[in-house]
Amino acid sequence: MQKYANPTRFMKIADAVLPWLTTATVILFVAGLYLTSVAPPDYEQGHTVKIMFIHVPSAWLAMMCYTIIAASSVGSLIWRHPLADVSAKTAVPIGVAFTFLALVTGSLWGKPMWGTYWVWDARLTSVLVLFFLYLGLMALWQAIEDPSRAGRSAAILAIVGFVNVPIIKFSVDWWSTLHQPASVVKMSGPAIHSSILIPLLVMAAAFTCLFFVLHLRAMQNEILRRRVMAMRLLQVERAANVEAGAPAE
Amino acid sequence: MKEFMSLVRRDLLLSWREGGAIGTALGFYLIVVAILPLGLGPDLNLLSRIAPGVLWVALLLAALLSVDRIFHNDYEDGTLEALALGPLPLEAITAAKCLAHWISTGIPLTLTAPVLGLLLNLDAQAFAVLVLTMLVGTPAVSFIGAIGAALTLGLRRGGLLLSLLVLPLYIPILIFGVSSVSAVISGPSSFTASFLILCALSMASIVLAPLACAAALKLNLQ
Repeated sequence: MQKYANPTRFMKIADAVLPWLTTATVILFVAGLYLTSVAPPDYEQGHTVKIMFIHVPSAWLAMMCYTIIAASSVGSLIWRHPLADVSAKTAVPIGVAFTFLALVTGSLWGKPMWGTYWVWDARLTSVLVLFFLYLGLMALWQAIEDPSRAGRSAAILAIVGFVNVPIIKFSVDWWSTLHQPASVVKMSGPAIHSSILIPLLVMAAAFTCLFFVLHLRAMQNEILRRRVMAMRLLQVERAANVEAGAPAE
Repeated sequence: MKEFMSLVRRDLLLSWREGGAIGTALGFYLIVVAILPLGLGPDLNLLSRIAPGVLWVALLLAALLSVDRIFHNDYEDGTLEALALGPLPLEAITAAKCLAHWISTGIPLTLTAPVLGLLLNLDAQAFAVLVLTMLVGTPAVSFIGAIGAALTLGLRRGGLLLSLLVLPLYIPILIFGVSSVSAVISGPSSFTASFLILCALSMASIVLAPLACAAALKLNLQ
């Protein structure tokens, strides 16, 4: 793991992986959207059930993304690794987007099904808290100018906020909520018919690939941005040295 | 332990002699609670129903207002660096400062709450429970708030950022604090369950928050 954490090596690996991953994402999205469109409407919910194919993968990714941020934060705090820093930083905006998508699609789905856009039950509230945590992380990154200090401050906050992820996952089991309990990942096997389960899983795979494409690309950009920054600082320093040295010659 | 206690005593003495801070927090608490009935209309039944929630929310806001003072003054005049060089580990220093903050802010706010409860027509049997839950919940408010205070130390616009960072972490305290009070007044849910979770939140934050605070302070003291 440490061996692959060298930024230069990472750039090479990411360059090699990205075209394949992008192709896979496109194929999975085409297949997933096709399967979604031919999936039978639910006998109770009609066509609104199709909101699920966006909603559920977004919600999974919102949690996975926070988990990745927390894991990277542990890496950046313990090993002080710049790449872990970059990974934690770039995952935040992507996570916000997926959390927002999950909240919006959920509330659009809630209106026809529950009769309301929003209820204050445990699952919805804890996802909203996740959204606020993401916003807090973004704000902290922006408020501190020195990137390495910002990275470690954000890492501490991310690890503290990680308490929320298991709460989201198990909120539907611990409290009786309007939101339905886990139906796909269960000990007794999924409680969803295969005609809907298969498109859902394809969409989930597509979303996951999309996340990794975006994340890898964002990490590459961030590394390049930091290099440009370092080069500029070096240039300024050299220019200052020349100016200071000139009168002495 | 002797150093720990003397640090707590020093912080308490400072906040006592400075005055200001705790007075401001109490005044803020009073104003927020007093302004709500003006906005909602003076219907006593409604006020009595929402009283536990209003008292808790206003308490969190008032505590939030004072939480950035835990480290701020000592950071500005360099005391914090001197303390960090001393015999006490940074975790113990933060724990002592949070404890002092709880005693100097959490307890006075808790004791003000029943008085403000009169303004909101709080149910008679809820007074004792309200004070009890707040007494148990406010340590978590101080300790979790200190994480935010340590992270935003020395930043411009730190106060606004602090509330964005800390309020989401306060939500569990609010939920279980309010639900244990309303359980006594009306609720079908059990008081014990919510109350025990509130105790657990408090104890966990007392143990874990100083670690996070110390890590954040180390960044700022380099």
